[in-house]
Amino acid sequence: MKKISKLRRSAFASPLLLVLALFAIGTTFSVASATTKSELSVEQRSAQIAEGKNIFLKGCSSCHGLNLEGSAIAPSLIGVGAASVDFQVGTGRMPVADLSQQIARKEPVYNEEQTAALAAYVASTSIGPEIPNESMLNYERDGNTAEGGTLFRTNCAMCHNFAGQGGALTQGKYAPTLMGVEPKYIYEAMITGPQAMPVFADKTITPAEKLSIIKWIKAAENEPQLGGAALGRVGPVTEGLLVWTLGLGLLIGVAVWLATKAR
Amino acid sequence: MTARERVTGTVANYVDERTGAAKWMKKNLTKVFPDHWSFLLGEIVLYSFIILLLSGTFLTFWFDPSQREVLYDGSYEPLQGLHMSAAYASTLHISFEIRGGLLMRQIHHWAALIFMAGMVVHLMRVYFTGAFRKPREFNWIIGVGLLTLGIVEGFLGYSLPDDLLSGTGIRIAEAIIQALPVVGSYLAFFAFDGAFPGEAFIPRIFTVHVLLLPGIFLALITVHLMLVWYQKHTQWPGPGRTEKNVVGYPLMPAYMAKAGGFFFIVFGVTAFLGAVASINPVWLYGPYNPGQISAGSQPDWYMGWLDGLVRMAPPLESYIFGYTIPWNILIPGLIVPGILFTGMALYPFIESWITGDKREHHLLDRPRNVPNRTALGVMSLTFMLVALINGGNDIIATTFSLGINQVMWFSRIGIIVLPPIAFVITKRICLSLQRADRELVLHGRETGRLLMLPHGEFVEVHEPISPELAWKLTAHEQAPALELQDVDARGVRRAGGLKNKLRKRISQANAESIAKPTANDLKEIEHH
Repeated sequence: MKKISKLRRSAFASPLLLVLALFAIGTTFSVASATTKSELSVEQRSAQIAEGKNIFLKGCSSCHGLNLEGSAIAPSLIGVGAASVDFQVGTGRMPVADLSQQIARKEPVYNEEQTAALAAYVASTSIGPEIPNESMLNYERDGNTAEGGTLFRTNCAMCHNFAGQGGALTQGKYAPTLMGVEPKYIYEAMITGPQAMPVFADKTITPAEKLSIIKWIKAAENEPQLGGAALGRVGPVTEGLLVWTLGLGLLIGVAVWLATKAR
Repeated sequence: MTARERVTGTVANYVDERTGAAKWMKKNLTKVFPDHWSFLLGEIVLYSFIILLLSGTFLTFWFDPSQREVLYDGSYEPLQGLHMSAAYASTLHISFEIRGGLLMRQIHHWAALIFMAGMVVHLMRVYFTGAFRKPREFNWIIGVGLLTLGIVEGFLGYSLPDDLLSGTGIRIAEAIIQALPVVGSYLAFFAFDGAFPGEAFIPRIFTVHVLLLPGIFLALITVHLMLVWYQKHTQWPGPGRTEKNVVGYPLMPAYMAKAGGFFFIVFGVTAFLGAVASINPVWLYGPYNPGQISAGSQPDWYMGWLDGLVRMAPPLESYIFGYTIPWNILIPGLIVPGILFTGMALYPFIESWITGDKREHHLLDRPRNVPNRTALGVMSLTFMLVALINGGNDIIATTFSLGINQVMWFSRIGIIVLPPIAFVITKRICLSLQRADRELVLHGRETGRLLMLPHGEFVEVHEPISPELAWKLTAHEQAPALELQDVDARGVRRAGGLKNKLRKRISQANAESIAKPTANDLKEIEHH
């Protein structure tokens, strides 16, 4: 104790504390204001766009056209923005494996760097929705679960089911499950409206509300199975199936057993 | 006399002196019931009804049947601070804060599904064995009534929590009420005390669900069982079993112990399901809001066929005198179910009209020996199954990577084409089985032992079957078709010619069977 109070009264105490305080403020500011994505220089950026164009011409242009103008089997990519490319290529939907009713999610063909290059190239040709950066996706901080649930039930549940398990659409199309989908892709899907999905513009559902929806989806995803086996969370169909197989199966089995034992 | 016997005797005597129960008990405790697993199916229904009464009573202690708006402040975080009805909030309260509440809710719901499924298998047993014939027609009608009320009662229970799924169901019920020509909208306003959803409907159906319908159930079940008691239970044909006796075990002690044990097993199975499998997770559905809907909104399975019929109906509407008649809801929602259930209730009378059989029957039919009835039953079940499949068309589509339109078109065509095919196939199978029975009686059992005769020919050794089995295979009667004359004894044409023609035609089809072996056939065989 004595030592500390002696130190406190020392002549160096005030300047030392001042230096420490300045250092602390400076560090906090630089950490808080730092963007997680390292900014690219102009040269790097043009190199990335050039690489993206290269990949595009090899892997995408046969359907989407040499100038992104689209064709009979593929839409024009003018104005779709980086977010759309990141979603479609990042989730493996593009390049497409088979042209069935709906293009399903699969292992991505291009790695992260190539995807970023493609996105940069498409975005360089026209203005469109941008890829949300990490600070825009902090749903834990900026979202509200209960509000997200209400928004989800109003805007999403009609296709994706009450618990985000997905559902059927017309003519073999479907709304995919939202379980295990990365927040970035959920966000991009909302702003770009891939395939049968409508676009939920920022005026319809604000960025904060989008984060609330994501927070609710993640809460549903991580919710423990409160009442026992969840049975797919698709409603009464699986419940009816279980009662006719396991339930009635057990009971009729017991009835047979009871009636034969007496002999 | 041991001390225990003395005490028992004293107690029994005390009760008997005051109630005179001894004589009645002596007679009825020794009442004989035949023993077969299929006779226990009705017990599944009875026991799940008791489970429903007990678990339902538990739920009413905390359930608040009110559509008053409250702010949720319970322990389920994803719904914190939302506006909802008191009914939904109290259902969440039961699920998350009442000890054992969620288990009880799940037991109640699983028991309801078992209750309905048990009714259907019990009905199938009674139908396919001909247990509905005279003198049991009234009990059959009571059974059909119980089934109908069960569907209504189940639907009301499903509607009570006021979550998104149950509200969607009520919305469809309202649409079906409104579909009634002319009176529809008035009836809907009456039921909901104004516009949908209002604040009156859930309190009203709560009273019906917990008071009126269970009361009617209790009364009908009591009459149903008293009639079984009074008319005695039917039995399978066999040596020593006639239309005038009942062969089986006395109620006390064997049957009583079995029935009591079976109750606990049914309770056990229901509690097991309630403990391990989630049913109707209302907290995930969220509070009802008419502006919201979930993909895959289905009713419970016993109404799934109705939903399936509505889903497959083509969009037909007429406009008459300024009224809209929505056939796309009227036909699948009211007319088809009405025809099905009326036909089912009247079936015992229809069959006795076809066969002209007015006698009492206490011996059951083996389904193969009445091919037409069996085929009609399978045909009806096929119809129901196709409708049920279409009720889950979206779930089937996503599960099996099909298009929902494909499933719907399969159902639309299948519901017309498949039942008649099922009828023909079933009838053919029944006749083949009759043929196999005849072979078995005449030529005996194939032993699989091959015998080489002195001249080199191989023959399989057949062993005669036991007399008990032979009795079982030949005990049924094969009534000929009705002989209906178009003219009476004086040569005058009888009234109702077309009706008679129809009756004759159906009766002929009904009498089609493989002749069972006669004593003469057997004698002839023995000469070989």
